[in-house]
Amino acid sequence: MSSTVIVVIVAIVAILVIGVLIYNGLVQRRLRIEEAFAQIDVQLKRRHDLIPNLVNAVKDYMGFEQDVLTKVTEARANAVTAGAQGPIAQAQAENVLTGTLRSLFAVVENYPDLKANQNVLSLQEQLTTTENQIGFARQHYNAVVLDYNQAIATVPNVLIAGPLGFTKREFFAAEPEASQVPVVQLR
Amino acid sequence: MATTFYSQIAANRRNSVLLALVLTVLLGVLGFVIGYGLTGYLVGGAAATGIAVAIAMLLALGSYFGGDSLVLAASSAKEIQEGQAPQLFNVVRELAIAAGIPMPKVFVIDDTAPNAFATGRDPKHASIAITTGLLEKLNREELQGVIGHELSHVRNYDIRFTLLVGVMVGGIALLADFFLRFTFWGGGRRSRSDREGGGGLQVIVFVIAIVLAILAPIAARFVQMAVSRQREYLADASSVELTRNPRGLEGALEKIAMDQEVLEAANRATQHLYFTNPIKKFEARSSSLMATHPPIIDRINRLRALTGEAPLPSTEARLLQGLD
Repeated sequence: MSSTVIVVIVAIVAILVIGVLIYNGLVQRRLRIEEAFAQIDVQLKRRHDLIPNLVNAVKDYMGFEQDVLTKVTEARANAVTAGAQGPIAQAQAENVLTGTLRSLFAVVENYPDLKANQNVLSLQEQLTTTENQIGFARQHYNAVVLDYNQAIATVPNVLIAGPLGFTKREFFAAEPEASQVPVVQLR
Repeated sequence: MATTFYSQIAANRRNSVLLALVLTVLLGVLGFVIGYGLTGYLVGGAAATGIAVAIAMLLALGSYFGGDSLVLAASSAKEIQEGQAPQLFNVVRELAIAAGIPMPKVFVIDDTAPNAFATGRDPKHASIAITTGLLEKLNREELQGVIGHELSHVRNYDIRFTLLVGVMVGGIALLADFFLRFTFWGGGRRSRSDREGGGGLQVIVFVIAIVLAILAPIAARFVQMAVSRQREYLADASSVELTRNPRGLEGALEKIAMDQEVLEAANRATQHLYFTNPIKKFEARSSSLMATHPPIIDRINRLRALTGEAPLPSTEARLLQGLD
């Protein structure tokens, strides 16, 4: 009798401990997703801050191609406001901005003065790294989402994840790079 | 993909503990032999065992907490700030984000031979060192490949195990060398003057020499484990997983293979940490079992296999191996 009680108590305690461990593991994974998401936002803001400097640095040289600069400035303004309109609108606006920046850099290639300008070079490097950081931050975000989604879908975690409200997260859609190849005007 | 890197972390943690344990036991035995031999009592043996175990633990803790500074100092690496190499910092930050690890400390080694290594006890306490030659000779894309490789070592906890191996095993190897020479050469001369004071000291030195002679090959075995080719291949593959660009790493490997300069600061205890073997003469023998790195040509061909490309043609391969 008493030994049965002990066995039952031990079993209950063991199950509770395992449950707590699994729960903590899931919470940790969910936190990693939030962290990864915040990282993307930081980089996007950084890019928004850098663009006006770049536009100022190049605009005197690029008298004939003001429309490229206007597009970049517009796309930046759209991206800044789209931040409040939810992740999908934001992602679209950011992708448009990426496209306009690419065409700007393609045009810069046509101006030897500009290519040699230390200020422009440094801004270009900063924007390149910001672009890369955005890309890598999204890639990392997808990796932790994958890890989390796998974790909540497998036994025994799934027994705890469902009732406690751990729901599947969405991946960042790949940037439609190929469809936005910048058109380079050769003059 | 995820499984390999998690299992690699687990293996590295396990091996680090195992290494510390083995070393403690071996030094404990050594202590017992010395203590018992010296006093002739078991109590003496036990006391010496205690001292030896304490030394082993100090060595392990010292390597764990201070080994990275030691390795960096031994390689004459200097920490730099963002303003001194903005592009390098940018590349490191990009890939730290991709790997999901904190930004490591960045060091530069003033040497024209292109090479790099990472060290530290975990991703939160990691350092990455790059030679000035690497910075000058590689373009941005190639630099990304190399940094991706090094940060994979950080993320996989390779740095912890290779650090312990470098400092602890390197120390033992040096001691073994020292004592063997002392016993067979200096020891002989010394014994004559020692006769009046008794030969106890010489016996101890002799015993230490014998035990270290036994320890040294075991140490070598650990070095081999630390530098297993799989570890390097995995870091190459992880680098591509992070950068999504096999060309960069491939280009870096090609440039480094063609470079004939020797890295002055590298030695036997640190060579296994580097991106490619810094001691070029070894490269020719790298198909042997004791090599610390896989041949560069194999690494390039594995990268090409990742993207479904054919291996390098044999003429080009021979050129890279420096045999032509």
